[in-house]
Amino acid sequence: MHMTSSYGWAVVHIDKDLVAASATPLVLAILAEGESYGYAILKRVRELSGGELQWTDGMLYPLLHRLGRLGYVTTEWRTPPEGRRRRYYAITDDGRAALAEQQRQWMTVTRALGDVWRGPAGLLTALGEA
Amino acid sequence: MHGVESQIAEWRAYVAKAPAVDGRDVDELEAHLRDQIAELDSAGLLADEAFLVAVKRMGDLDTLSREFAREHSGRLWKQLVLSGEDEPARPAGGWLEALVFALAAAAAIQVARLAAQFPDEEPAWLLRNVGLFVLPFLAGYFARRRGLDTRRWVLTAAPFMLVALVVNLYPYRAGSATEVLVALHLPVVLWLAVAYPYMGGTIRSHDRRMDFVRFTGEWAIYYVLIALGGGVLLGLTALILEPIGADLPEQVVEWVLPSGAAGAVIVAGWLVESKQRVVENMAPVLTMLFTPLFAVMLTVAAVTYAGSGVAGVFDRELLAVFDALLVVVLGLVLYAMSAREPSRQAGLMDRVQLLAVASALVLDVMVLGSMVARIGDLGFTPNRAAALGLNLVLLVNLAGAAWLSLRFLTGRIAFHRLERWQTSYLPVFALWAATVVAVLPPLFAFT
Repeated sequence: MHMTSSYGWAVVHIDKDLVAASATPLVLAILAEGESYGYAILKRVRELSGGELQWTDGMLYPLLHRLGRLGYVTTEWRTPPEGRRRRYYAITDDGRAALAEQQRQWMTVTRALGDVWRGPAGLLTALGEA
Repeated sequence: MHGVESQIAEWRAYVAKAPAVDGRDVDELEAHLRDQIAELDSAGLLADEAFLVAVKRMGDLDTLSREFAREHSGRLWKQLVLSGEDEPARPAGGWLEALVFALAAAAAIQVARLAAQFPDEEPAWLLRNVGLFVLPFLAGYFARRRGLDTRRWVLTAAPFMLVALVVNLYPYRAGSATEVLVALHLPVVLWLAVAYPYMGGTIRSHDRRMDFVRFTGEWAIYYVLIALGGGVLLGLTALILEPIGADLPEQVVEWVLPSGAAGAVIVAGWLVESKQRVVENMAPVLTMLFTPLFAVMLTVAAVTYAGSGVAGVFDRELLAVFDALLVVVLGLVLYAMSAREPSRQAGLMDRVQLLAVASALVLDVMVLGSMVARIGDLGFTPNRAAALGLNLVLLVNLAGAAWLSLRFLTGRIAFHRLERWQTSYLPVFALWAATVVAVLPPLFAFT
C-alpha cells in the first residue's frame, strides 16, 4: 500500500526498491544517534527526509527484528516515567561496523552518480541545465 | 474514547491471529498504534478518524504478517503461510506427486533386489549403490515441487550421475575395505546433493541451508515413526500368515521391507513439507529431553576416561563407537539449533548444550591421540584414514561451535553467528564424504 503525504502536498515518489535498500542504513544511522523505539524511529525518518520517504509503518518491525537477529541491535522493554511500555532498540558494535560498511557503499554509489550527472557529457548537460 | 478501545482490541485480536506474529510483537505494534493515535488526536482528529488513519498507516495486515513470517521463519514454515506473489500457494496436499515418486523409488529398489537376487546372493554392488536407488527420487520430488528450470534440473542430476559413474567404474578388489567405506559415505554425499533441489538452487543462502538442516532433523523423526509403525505391521502380518504357509512370512518381508523402506524416504520428505506443524511442536520438546541426558552421559564419560587413563588403550571398535557418538552429538547440536528461536536470550539449555559439546571435545581429543598413536605404529589403512579424517572434520566443527557458544553465552555475539558457523560448515561435510567416495579408493589401490 502506498502512503500519501499527511502534509497534503504531492511527494516525490521514491522507488520501492530504493526505499527498501536504504531502510537498513537509515535505521542503523538513527539508532547510532541514540537508542529509540519504533514509532520515534519512523518520525525521525519522516523528519530527515522532509516527509518524502514514506514507509508503511508496520514494515519497520520485521526489519528491526532482523537487525536484532543479526546482532546489530539489542532490545529491551521499558516503561518511561510518563509514557507507555515500549520496546527500545540500541545499536551494538557489530551494528556500527555494518553501518560503516553501508556508509562506504552508499558514498561510492552517490559519488559515482554525482560525477556522471555533473560530468561534461552528463545528464544535466544533455538536459541543457548545466 | 471507549469506542476506540474496543476497536483497538479488535485490531489486536486480528493481528494476533497471524502465526508468525507472537504476543510481544503484537504488544509492540499496539504501542505504535497508540502513539500514532495520540499524535493524530492532538492534531485535532476525532478519535475514530485517528484510529482509521493509524491503522491505514500500519499497512495491509496480510503483507505485514508475510513480512514477519519471512523474518521469523523458525517460528513457522514459510511455505505454509506465505501466499504472496513470489511464492505461489501450494495445495495443502500434493500427495499424489509424492506418491508417484515414492512408488518409483519402491519399484527401483525392487528391480535392483531382483537383479542381485538378494538375499540369496549379496553382491557388493548392491550395497554400494543402495543410496542411488532411492535418493534421486527424493531429489526429483523436490526439483518438481520447487518448480526448477531446466538448468537447475541438470545441476540437480549432475552429482548423482557423477557419483554413479565413480562408484561403478572403480575396480574394487573383492572384500575391500574401501568398498565398505564407500557404501557408508555415499548416502551422506547423496543426501547433501538433495539439498540443492530442496533449496530450489539457492545454496548460497544461509537461511535456506538452515532450513535444510531443520528438514533433515524432522525427516529423521518422521522416518523413525514410519519405520516403527511399519515394523509392527510387518510383524503382525508375518504372525498371521505363518499358519497358512511356513515360508510365506519370509517372502512378504523380502518384498515389502525394501520397497517400504525406500518409499518411506519420500513419504517422510512429503510429511515434513506438508505436515510441518506436528513435528515443529515436537522438536523443542525432544531437544529439551535429550540435551541434558547427553550432557550427563558425555561429562561422565569424559571424566571417567580422563581420570582412569583408559584413554591409552582404545581398541578399534571403541574408536568406531566414538566416531558415531560424535556424529550424534553434532546432530543434537544442529537439531537444537534449528528448533531454537534465534532472538531468544541465552538460557540454561544453551549452557547445558555447551557442557555436552565441551565434553565431546575432550573425548574427541583423547580418541584422536589414540588414533594418531595407532597410525604411527601400524601405518595408514583406508579405515584409519577415513576415521581420522572424520574425526578432524568433527573436531574443527565442535571446537568452533564451543568457542562461539561460549562467546554467545557471555553476551559478546548474537546467536546468528553460531548458525552461520554451522551453515558455512555444511559444504565441508559434503567435501569430506565425497573425498572418501572418490579419492580414497584409488589412493589405497582399491583394497
